[in-house]
Amino acid sequence: MSAAITASTAARVLRQLRHDRRTVAMLIVLPALLITNVWAMYDGRSASFDRIGLDLLGLFPFITMFLVTSVSMLRERTTGTLERFLTLPPRKTDLLFGYGIAFSAVALVQAAVATTLACGPLGLDAGQPVLAATVSVTSAVLGVALGLLCSAFARTEFQAVQFMPAIVLPQMLLCGLFVPRADMASWLHGISDVLPLTYAVDALTQLGQHGHATGVMWRDVAIVLGVAAAALVAASTTLRRRSA
Amino acid sequence: MKGSTGTPPAIEVADLVVHRGHKQVLGGISCSVPAGSLTALLGPSGSGKTTFLRAIVGVQRVSSGTVTVLGASAGAPALRKRVGYVTQAPSVYLDLTVRENARYFAALHGVGAAAADQAIVDVGLTPAADQLTGNLSGGQRSRVSLACALLGRPDVLVLDEPTVGLDPVVRQELWGRFAELAKSGTTIVVSSHVMDEAARCERLLFIRDGRLLADDTPAAIRSAAGTWDLEEAFLRLIMSDGTTTTAVA
Repeated sequence: MSAAITASTAARVLRQLRHDRRTVAMLIVLPALLITNVWAMYDGRSASFDRIGLDLLGLFPFITMFLVTSVSMLRERTTGTLERFLTLPPRKTDLLFGYGIAFSAVALVQAAVATTLACGPLGLDAGQPVLAATVSVTSAVLGVALGLLCSAFARTEFQAVQFMPAIVLPQMLLCGLFVPRADMASWLHGISDVLPLTYAVDALTQLGQHGHATGVMWRDVAIVLGVAAAALVAASTTLRRRSA
Repeated sequence: MKGSTGTPPAIEVADLVVHRGHKQVLGGISCSVPAGSLTALLGPSGSGKTTFLRAIVGVQRVSSGTVTVLGASAGAPALRKRVGYVTQAPSVYLDLTVRENARYFAALHGVGAAAADQAIVDVGLTPAADQLTGNLSGGQRSRVSLACALLGRPDVLVLDEPTVGLDPVVRQELWGRFAELAKSGTTIVVSSHVMDEAARCERLLFIRDGRLLADDTPAAIRSAAGTWDLEEAFLRLIMSDGTTTTAVA
């Protein structure tokens, strides 16, 4: 891997985003608006908001980054820029990690805004807000990596968007947001054990329960980042230099 | 052929067969392209031109046969620095400016920002350098794509219909640029379906239904067909080619 090419690619992806201000505004503002919405829904019941608001800090970045990256990678494929990249000297991982870094940087801003709002004016008790934001970013990184991997299996934008209900929704349903994982049937619990988003949400739950970082929280973060790295490497094997 | 010069050909294709799905797109093409030459690949749309060019660049999965470029198998990692490819649809980022595109591809080629700016000058896009590529006309976009291929200073440059829809003046300039590059030693293969453009090339490859019908200099093709008009010459070639299918889609 070349650090220079990876950095150039990350800078290029960010430049593309800079020319698309509406997308940037939605990426930054939407999670904050949605969390405010949830806060208003749980008017006064701060215990419920503490639990759900915290989970949402892990969910929103995952969902938005999954969608944005899978569509932008698909665009690379359909416009021929991906094929062009593959005829050039750089390695495939330079491209994918460049994407990963660029969108993680956006996720950092997104998480900072959402966490500051939630833990400040909305009074969410997240233990340590900086740690909550960190977990939120790792969840976004997971979304980026899975989005890049899934885009390989989509030929059209319609298919790409359908990966949202196929890949994202099951993880959302089983991550413990709706029903605590301990109360799930054992087979559902088993499925939830192998879904990576579960660990991002669990890390946030740990933080909420203990008010500080725990060993389990760091283990969760390590699992999420490990799955993200594996997905990026798997995504690079789906980029074929030669096609039919 | 051109063996007398002693330099090995830049591109050597032997019995190249390509299938797409169940359809045979190229049916056993053999030819060689001399180093430092400007060669036109002619043929109607759907004849297999793009597939042939993709095989030279090494991005096309082939069924059988070999394609050797600069002494290595097409698509070999060592060739990625030496072979430039401009696809028919401009493969550049529409949401970046011309300069941002050139600078990114310069980074991928391992050359600096100065080379990127020079490539923009070379294709005559300096006035549009800071405009979004998506706001440019089709012809300008394809020149951005060309600029991004030129900045790698490739030894072999493969261009798929780079002059479609261009203003005649720009088209003239581009062909002049190709001739210059060839003179300085770059081997250039350009596909086109416009016959009069081909007259400027040293060598013509004419393909139809995935088969090579002619591989010669424009002069030799004209004299063999007994007509000055290349379009007419190719018509006569097709007529004399027994296997021609009369069905037209």
